[in-house]
Amino acid sequence: MSETSKISLKNVSKSFGSKHVLNNLSLEIAEGESLVVIGGSGTGKSVMLKCILGLLEPDSGEIFIDGQQVVGMSPSKREASLKKTGMLFQYAALFDSLPVWENVAFGLMQAHGMARKDAKDVAIEKLALVGLGADMANQNPSALSIGMQKRVGLARAIATNPEIIFFDEPTTGLDPIMGDVIDNLIRDCTKHLGATTLTISHDMESAQKIADKIALIYKGSVVWVGPASEIDHCGNPYVEQFVRGDIEGPIELDILKP
Amino acid sequence: MEWNFLAAIGRVTLRFMAAVGHLSLFTVQTVKHITLPPFYLRIFLRQLMSIGYYSLPVVGMTALFTGMVLALQIYVGSSRFNAESAVATIVVIGLTRELAPVLSGLMIAGRVGAAIAAEIGTMRVTEQIDALVTLSTNPYKYLVAPRVLAGVITLPILVLLADIIGVSGGYLVATESLGFNPSSYIKNTFDFLETRDVVSGLIKSSVFGFIVTLMGCYHGFNSTGGAQGVGRATTNAVVSSFVLILISDYFLTVMLLD
Repeated sequence: MSETSKISLKNVSKSFGSKHVLNNLSLEIAEGESLVVIGGSGTGKSVMLKCILGLLEPDSGEIFIDGQQVVGMSPSKREASLKKTGMLFQYAALFDSLPVWENVAFGLMQAHGMARKDAKDVAIEKLALVGLGADMANQNPSALSIGMQKRVGLARAIATNPEIIFFDEPTTGLDPIMGDVIDNLIRDCTKHLGATTLTISHDMESAQKIADKIALIYKGSVVWVGPASEIDHCGNPYVEQFVRGDIEGPIELDILKP
Repeated sequence: MEWNFLAAIGRVTLRFMAAVGHLSLFTVQTVKHITLPPFYLRIFLRQLMSIGYYSLPVVGMTALFTGMVLALQIYVGSSRFNAESAVATIVVIGLTRELAPVLSGLMIAGRVGAAIAAEIGTMRVTEQIDALVTLSTNPYKYLVAPRVLAGVITLPILVLLADIIGVSGGYLVATESLGFNPSSYIKNTFDFLETRDVVSGLIKSSVFGFIVTLMGCYHGFNSTGGAQGVGRATTNAVVSSFVLILISDYFLTVMLLD
C-alpha cells in the first residue's frame, strides 16, 4: 500500500458458489482522488464496492481504508469507520417510510447524534446544494421522479461531509440531460468537500467527466488503470473495445450466438 | 433409487438444520440488540401504535364473536346434562387461558407479521437495508429490535382487552338470547376465575408476540429475488408464525397448567 492511499485493495477474491466474481483484484485510490471503475455488467464492480463497505465479506485478500484493515473488522469498529463515508446507491435506496429531509439528515441524527431541528436545517442546506428547494423537504421519496430521488440520494451521501464517497451507477436510468446534471453535481460537491471518491459506472461519457483516474475491470480483475485523459489512446485492447463498444475483441460476451 | 431417497432425506435434514441455526443466530442478535443501547424510542413508539393500537379493531371483533359463539355452543353442550350454570365459567376460562391469546396471536400474525415481512423484505431488495449499514446504523437495532419489543409488550395488552370484549360477547348472548339472569351470569364469571387463568394467557400472548414479530423480521430480512421474494417472505412469515404459535401453545399450556 502506498503512503498516500486512502483506499487500498490487495488481491481481493470473492466467489458465489462456483462463480468467481472477484479474482485477485488490487486497486489503490489516493487521497482526494476521483476514481471511476468501468466494466461490463457482471464483471464484479458492485461486489467490489460491497466488499469495501463491509456489506459482503471477501473470501481472501485485504482492504485498507486510511491504512486500517477493514476485512474482518468488528461491527462496532465498522460502524465507526463508515461514519467518514457516504454512498449514493444505483436507485438511490431512499427510506420510503421517512420524508425527504429525514432521509438526508439520517446519518447526522443516527450516527452523529445531531438534534432533529439542527439536522433538518443541514438537510435543507444540502438539498439546496443539489438544486432542490426547501418545499421538497417534507415530501415522501416515492412522490419524486428518479432524477430527483438521485439528487436526494446525493444530498444524503454528502450530508455528513464525508471524507470518502461511493457512487454506484449514478447516471443509470436517467435521461442524458439529468445524467449530466448528476455528473456536474457529483463533480462540484466532491470538489467542494475535497473528498476521495470511488464511482462504479459503465457510462463512458459520465466517467470521463467525473474521473481523475479510470480503472477497467474484466472477469473480476483490473485489466487497466490510468489517468482519465489517457483512456482514448492508452493502447490497451480491453479498454479500446469497451470505449468503442465493439463486439469483436478480447472481452468475451455471455451471449449465445444464433 | 434407494441411494437417491437417502440423499434426498439428507438434503432436507441439512437444509432444515441450517435454517434452524440461521434462525437461532438471528434470535440471539435480536435479543442482544433489544437489551443493549442505543435504543430508537421514536421507532419503538411508532411500532407500538402500528402493532397495538391499529390491531385493536381486528382483535376486538375476533374476541367479541368468539365469546358470543362460545356461549351458544357451551349452552348447547351443557344443557344435555343440566349444567347450564357452567356456561359463564367455561366462557371466561376458555377465553382467558386459550382462545383470546391464540386467536389474537393468529390475527396479529396475519395483520402485523405479514406487514413486517413485506416492509423489511422490500427494504432488503431495494438496498434500503444496505443504505442503513452505510449510514452507520445497525439494521438489527433499527429495524428488528423495536418491532420485536413492541410485539412482546403490545400483545398481552391486546389479549387483556380481548378477554374483556370476549366475556362481554358471551354475556350479551347469554342474557339477551339464552335467558340467563345478568347478575348471576356475572357472579358465575368471576366466582371461579383465578388470577393465574388471566396471567397464563398473558404470558402465552407475550411469547406469541415475540414469535410473530420475529418471524416477520426474519423472513423479511432474508428475502431475496425481487417482488417474488418479498411475496414468498410474507407467506413464510405468516405460515411459520401460525405453526409456531400452535406448537408453542401446547408446550406453554403444559408448563403453565399448574
